[in-house]
Amino acid sequence: MSTVNAQLPAPSRPWEKTPREVLPTVVILFLSLLTVAAIVELTALKGKLPYFLLFLPIGTAAQFLWARYKYGMKAAKDVVASSIMMTGAVAVFIPVVSIVGTTFVKGLPGLSLSIFTNDMSQASFMDPQGSGGLIHALVGTLFLILISVAISVPMGVLTALYLTEIRGPGSRFIEFMVQAMSGVPSVIAGLFIFSAVILTTPLDTSGFVAALALSILMIPTVTRASQEVLLLIPNDLREAGLAMGATQWRTVAMIVVPAAKSGLITASILGVARIAGETAPLLFTVGGADKLNTNPVFGVQSALPFYIWSGFRIGTDEAVQRSWSAILVLLIIVLILFTIARVVGSRSKGAK
Amino acid sequence: MTLLENKPADIPVPREITTKPRVSDRIFRAVVTGVGALSVTILTLIGFFLASRGLATFREEGLGFITGFEWTQVTDENGNRVSTVGIGAMLIGTIVVALVALVVAVPLSVFCALYLTFYAPSKVKNILVTLIDLMASFPSILFGMWGYFVLMPSAEYWAQLLNRYLGWIPVFDVQAPLFTRSPFIAGLVLATMIIPIVTSISREVFSQTPLDRIQAAYALGANKWSVIKAVVLPFGANGVVGGSMLGLGRALGETVAVYTVLSIVYTPNFQILFGSGGNVASHIISYWSEATEYETGALLGAGFVLFMLTLFVNLGADFVVNRAVKKGK
Repeated sequence: MSTVNAQLPAPSRPWEKTPREVLPTVVILFLSLLTVAAIVELTALKGKLPYFLLFLPIGTAAQFLWARYKYGMKAAKDVVASSIMMTGAVAVFIPVVSIVGTTFVKGLPGLSLSIFTNDMSQASFMDPQGSGGLIHALVGTLFLILISVAISVPMGVLTALYLTEIRGPGSRFIEFMVQAMSGVPSVIAGLFIFSAVILTTPLDTSGFVAALALSILMIPTVTRASQEVLLLIPNDLREAGLAMGATQWRTVAMIVVPAAKSGLITASILGVARIAGETAPLLFTVGGADKLNTNPVFGVQSALPFYIWSGFRIGTDEAVQRSWSAILVLLIIVLILFTIARVVGSRSKGAK
Repeated sequence: MTLLENKPADIPVPREITTKPRVSDRIFRAVVTGVGALSVTILTLIGFFLASRGLATFREEGLGFITGFEWTQVTDENGNRVSTVGIGAMLIGTIVVALVALVVAVPLSVFCALYLTFYAPSKVKNILVTLIDLMASFPSILFGMWGYFVLMPSAEYWAQLLNRYLGWIPVFDVQAPLFTRSPFIAGLVLATMIIPIVTSISREVFSQTPLDRIQAAYALGANKWSVIKAVVLPFGANGVVGGSMLGLGRALGETVAVYTVLSIVYTPNFQILFGSGGNVASHIISYWSEATEYETGALLGAGFVLFMLTLFVNLGADFVVNRAVKKGK
């Protein structure tokens, strides 16, 4: 038996490139890198950018010439296309890494335990690090998130239920409107709440009013994500519920929504991630307190984006350092939310 | 006889068969329908409140509110207000910055989407898709700070290079060598913000290209680029256009990132490398804190104009995207 096994040929993979085919490409890329280095060293160009800008055309051109000599014009065009697309992907990849990296590098030095226990009522943004902190902003952001969730999740899920369960006469139109609503600029949401609530009702700037503005941005996100999940629930389940004699209400409440539970949670978390860092609506609505305020309905509050904004506008080194630390805290919150959404979302997909 | 007489008393009354929903269902439907209509209500209310607050301005300025290039607040010796407010310069700025963002972001996003759909190994693809989704959830102020402290120093150098070698093209000309905080740099920051939107929609449309057409092209001896050129791009063109319009909608309304990077100067500026410009949204927040009552109304009116602008762009985009996605199904 073992001899038979030994005689079996290794599975051939004709689509894979042989080392002989790969070697010229590596050599060509290396040579063009050397050429680029020589050009950068010998001419007036400086910095990292010329490497990128020169390597792209020179490397591509060299590969083009080689492929044209070896395989013909069509293959040469194919090589050029694939290297351009690869460049596009790298160019999209760089800013993400740069943004996350910068935030950690610049934010970490200002991070300490004391900023999570102090507010800015006894300190100014220009003071050296160690005095004052962002607890008021962190608490404000948590309140904003809680109130927005309490408003937007029921609204968003119910709208999604209308679109998927009732499918009434207007559902096509409402779907269109939800999509339009998701494109409302954040500054408009703030202006609207300012003119509709602060100017017309006795309510003044507070965490609750700011959460109203954020809900306008969050509802469409939750609706669209929930709708996608609810559409994935097989119709058999709904029909089974109705066949057992349940009313539509019981079917939705006891079968459809529980089946879509983890997807709905993901939808809510995505909505939170959307609004956690919104700054523009807060400028009109939250007030901007320096002191810790745990009452979201009365009195001004602060929030992390507002705190970051204030630090940036003051612009001294100390103030900007505070902003970076706050951004790091905000980014970590967003990263945690994003990871939870991914994990819960993939689990719900795996269950199907 | 007796049997027949006893019968009616024993037989249970047959259940009435009806298609009328129960009370619980009627309540459920009413509640859900009411909430479902909420999006329409909110959109109408936004338009109504902003327009009614801006009404005084619209009446006083007329069409000059859209086309005027001046934003001045002067009181003459009798204490009467002599003011001109027009958001023309800022509308131009909005469009200039958004166009720069589109010109940079759309090609990159399309290349990236094509790479993800047709070239990337599955591991690379998963990582990149996650990163792009993550990028979409970054707060806009993070983009603004990154743009100001990290991107600006290098982008300034690129702007100088562009100006030196392509300065003969009017848009790359500058009136004075001031390259910081220019619409070009703001456009680059906006481009990084809209890349995730355009990429994910393009990717969705590209991945719906009918497989039989792709395989037919391969069977005819096409290589990857020929397949993309002959099958994928014609099929996905609508989706790319729709995705770009969604990105445009985002770019038109972006506030904080633009305010952070751009130096807001109230003059129309077409020279994208020169450090002056603005957009309607950033104009609103930069004037907000010191605005007089009349100006506040005018700023709310400016908000109304911006709202209508983005609403139409987004509705158009949804229309195009829906058509493109439906074609694939």
